[in-house]
Amino acid sequence: MTTPTLSVRNLRVEIPTRRGVLTAIDDLSFDIAPGEVLGMVGESGAGKSITGSAIIGLLEPPGRVAGGEIRLAGERIDNLSPDQMRRVRGRRIGMIFQDPLTSLNPLYRIGDQLVETILTHERLSTKAARAKGIKLLEEVGIPAAEARFSAYPHQFSGGMRQRVVIALALCADPELVIADEPTTALDVSVQAQIIALLKRLCADRGASVMLITHDMGVIAETADRVCVLYAGRLAEIGPVRAVVKHPQHPYTKGLMAAIPTLVGDPDATLAQIPGSMPRLGAIPAGCAFNPRCDYAFETCRTKRPGIYGAGTSDASCFLHSPADAPSAPAEVLRAADRSGIVLASEAKETIT
Amino acid sequence: MSAGAMQKDRSAQEGTKGPLVEIEGLRRVFDLSRPWLNRMIEGGGRVTLTAVDSVDFTIREGETYALVGESGSGKSTIAKMMVGLLPPSAGSVKIGGADMWNARDAGAIRAMRRQIQMIFQDPFASLNPRWRVRAIIEEPIKAFGLIPDGRDRIERVGELLSLVGLDPRDGQKFPHEFSGGQRQRIAIARALASNPRFIVCDEPTSALDVSVQAQVLNLLRDLQDRLGLTYLFISHNLAVVRHVATRVGVLYLGRLVEEAPARELFSSPQHPYTKMLLDAVPDIEMAGVERQAIAGEIPNPVNPPPGCHFHPRCPQAMAHCARDIPPVHLVGSARVRCHLFADR
Repeated sequence: MTTPTLSVRNLRVEIPTRRGVLTAIDDLSFDIAPGEVLGMVGESGAGKSITGSAIIGLLEPPGRVAGGEIRLAGERIDNLSPDQMRRVRGRRIGMIFQDPLTSLNPLYRIGDQLVETILTHERLSTKAARAKGIKLLEEVGIPAAEARFSAYPHQFSGGMRQRVVIALALCADPELVIADEPTTALDVSVQAQIIALLKRLCADRGASVMLITHDMGVIAETADRVCVLYAGRLAEIGPVRAVVKHPQHPYTKGLMAAIPTLVGDPDATLAQIPGSMPRLGAIPAGCAFNPRCDYAFETCRTKRPGIYGAGTSDASCFLHSPADAPSAPAEVLRAADRSGIVLASEAKETIT
Repeated sequence: MSAGAMQKDRSAQEGTKGPLVEIEGLRRVFDLSRPWLNRMIEGGGRVTLTAVDSVDFTIREGETYALVGESGSGKSTIAKMMVGLLPPSAGSVKIGGADMWNARDAGAIRAMRRQIQMIFQDPFASLNPRWRVRAIIEEPIKAFGLIPDGRDRIERVGELLSLVGLDPRDGQKFPHEFSGGQRQRIAIARALASNPRFIVCDEPTSALDVSVQAQVLNLLRDLQDRLGLTYLFISHNLAVVRHVATRVGVLYLGRLVEEAPARELFSSPQHPYTKMLLDAVPDIEMAGVERQAIAGEIPNPVNPPPGCHFHPRCPQAMAHCARDIPPVHLVGSARVRCHLFADR
């Protein structure tokens, strides 16, 4: 088996506050294979961006990694000194943030920012760095790259700025690119272009991508696998088609049904999940989703589910583990079975 | 979930009632020039931005009319002119037969004001953080003097809160005690407080998460069925629009490029821009399907391309598209501003 580009094991991120310690990420594990695009989805406050910040070592204080391991191509990076970490950031992990205007320095020319970044990571002459910068700008689809090299960020449109940010993120040929809501600030027509560009460039370079977004549509069209977070915990992880078409966790199921789409009956009422995601200080006991879940039973309210195999995906739900939750009522299992949740064979036997 | 009970054919509502809102030749120009003295000393002429350019449409009673477009297309400017927050440079906004911006109708408009309400995008900014929810919802009732008795008013606030799916006791709380979706419900309750007929919803769900967005969209539809409301629904999200609208108008740089009943617009879009927009929306049903990304970006609205604003990005552009502003052509039940349909 090849070493995954990124491997996160039992990650735990805590934020100490006056009212006690909040657990923003609780026991999160996932891998990103070389060249793979992993989508990270969840509602606001689910912990998507915090996961990204934890990986690149830029958690905002007082947030801290309180447990678990983060490995980049097999090497641990969660316990590096700030100085060592700085050498990993940018060179081995590239970053793209939501708002391209804030990730570019408004007082420096685009070209100078590119040259500076290239020289930080590579031993090149200024002239060679400049040539490389122009080539990068051409690659990200900026017309008349040579002329625009000396332009300032405000002279670019939103989409063009995001292209420059992509060029900056890729200039040291990183193994992993973390893109945090790269298209949220852009219009639909530009969004499609940026996604296509990001996907193509990372595929050409063999870089893995962790794509953080709340837009399931973007994930569905870009990612190979998707990881669904709920209240800082993993709800479901699996191949994108399986998660979108045959979600195995009741939360993912509700989420997919709630998304308005361009096909199907427009007059049908949208499915809705009652309530909203709990705040970090008020996560219920047992499964975090149990108060909103249609299939919740006694065990869900007291015991926290592990991660279980569910069809081609993995889901954190007792419906998939007859061993951990033998008391699951037959009618709940039957309802879940009818709605397309793939039950384990033992559970299947009990209801037939 | 009572999906079946609430389900109804929305297109069947069309044409049953008369027009409530009539917009004619609406135009708004913003002056972006530097001050007069600077122009005199440093040179440079006046700079204007035409945010909205000769827009016509009508909204019938009980209908949901959606305006879609990317940023800078003039959606919110139109909304502001419709509710009376911004005077138009030309054209008229008639609501219930009275012209919003004509002094002769001032009396009629004052009577109309109560019937027009607005729901804003950001429920964190649109509710006063220092007021209790009860006071927020009570405000329009007081302002229009609808219920003079204090106790009756509190009862009405309770009713409104239950109507939007909150607890009547929530009136005692402050906005910060609620989540985004609940705050948007409070904003809806406030809009309903003056018994309006027409509600302008400016991106009401863009700040919300998907699972909560579905709740708010369903609530808006449910309230429309129960109270016979008319909506102007502004959004950049086509999938959302498809679920709420009866008619859709597509804006591009201030011009209405296509207008059609929702079903037709989504099943057979006519204008090249509408086609492009529909093709660009990332959709969960499209997982694994590769498609052609469209070229170009929205040009700067300060100096839009001449002729048809869309021609530099249009795959079917002809020579005269860069010269002549396309007139409105009727294509089936759609009104399309495009030269392609000239000879039909």
